[in-house]
Amino acid sequence: MTQEIHAESPLVIAGKSYQSRLLVGTGKYKDLDETKLAIEASGAEIVTVAVRRTNIGQNPDEPNLLDVISPEKYTILPNTAGCYTAKDAVRTCRLARELLDGHDLVKLEVLGDQKTLYPDVTETLSAAETLIKDGFKVMVYTTDDPLVAKRLEDMGCVAVMPLGAPIGSGLGIRNPYNIKMILENAKVPILVDAGVGTASDATIAMELGCEGVLMNTAIAAARDPILMAKAMRLAVECGRDAYLAGRMPRKLYASASSPIEGLIV
Amino acid sequence: MIEINLNGEAFEVAGDASLSTLTQSLDLEGKRYAIEVNEDIISRSEHGTYFLKAGDQVEVVQAIGGG
Repeated sequence: MTQEIHAESPLVIAGKSYQSRLLVGTGKYKDLDETKLAIEASGAEIVTVAVRRTNIGQNPDEPNLLDVISPEKYTILPNTAGCYTAKDAVRTCRLARELLDGHDLVKLEVLGDQKTLYPDVTETLSAAETLIKDGFKVMVYTTDDPLVAKRLEDMGCVAVMPLGAPIGSGLGIRNPYNIKMILENAKVPILVDAGVGTASDATIAMELGCEGVLMNTAIAAARDPILMAKAMRLAVECGRDAYLAGRMPRKLYASASSPIEGLIV
Repeated sequence: MIEINLNGEAFEVAGDASLSTLTQSLDLEGKRYAIEVNEDIISRSEHGTYFLKAGDQVEVVQAIGGG
């Protein structure tokens, strides 16, 4: 399998190629300036946004997120964050498609409870089915359950995005073996979405063979989000190269790096 | 005047108001937003000819920061 992959191969999602394998969110930043600078530093080409009620009576000159993160420059990936039912998630995606002039790539997430923000798998499956029938290209946030990941792929999701750890937890890739199992069977891109805390977590996800990593809090909640965005860009590239290079096998005992022959002793 | 529900709150508009009338009064012209009336999307091209009725549930949404 490794031999078939070329180092320069881009990430392909729903037929579109991307050079960057880091996808980033736009939440939790101090202001839109910081959002813009962090996203530029991350090198991301796919950027997630949330869909919310317009604040009626707000200052009409207040800048809009999409003025800063322009849909002409970035692939905007509207999410269904905050939705706890398939119905709400589908409704949100339809609003997003109207908002973005027919753009039909969405990040589906249907959450189960507020404490864990764990995906509600049955509602996720139901929403995915409706959205795919309705012509959406669905990148789906799910648990790290290999059977559920496969089912979502079989349904026609364009990417499956298991969590590394709960959203915003920064706990890293808690179950790399499950991610490996998901990757073994996958024919669509598998991206780790949620749980990354620092650069090494992103590298681990990529070393496992993930096609990309999606994160928000790890960058936005860093002391210096712009520097962390750069670190994440490098970490994802690093992990991808290491995956393509193919790591050495692990051995229990030492193996000398210098030749034994020609020793003066 | 008729009363509609706009983003979860009571809101008064003229009896003959279209969605375009509403968006103009909200200073939304030229901005990126989407509108749903009674859970149906009303596409931008129809805003001028879609007239509001008393009790309509109107949602106006936009993109904001999120993961």
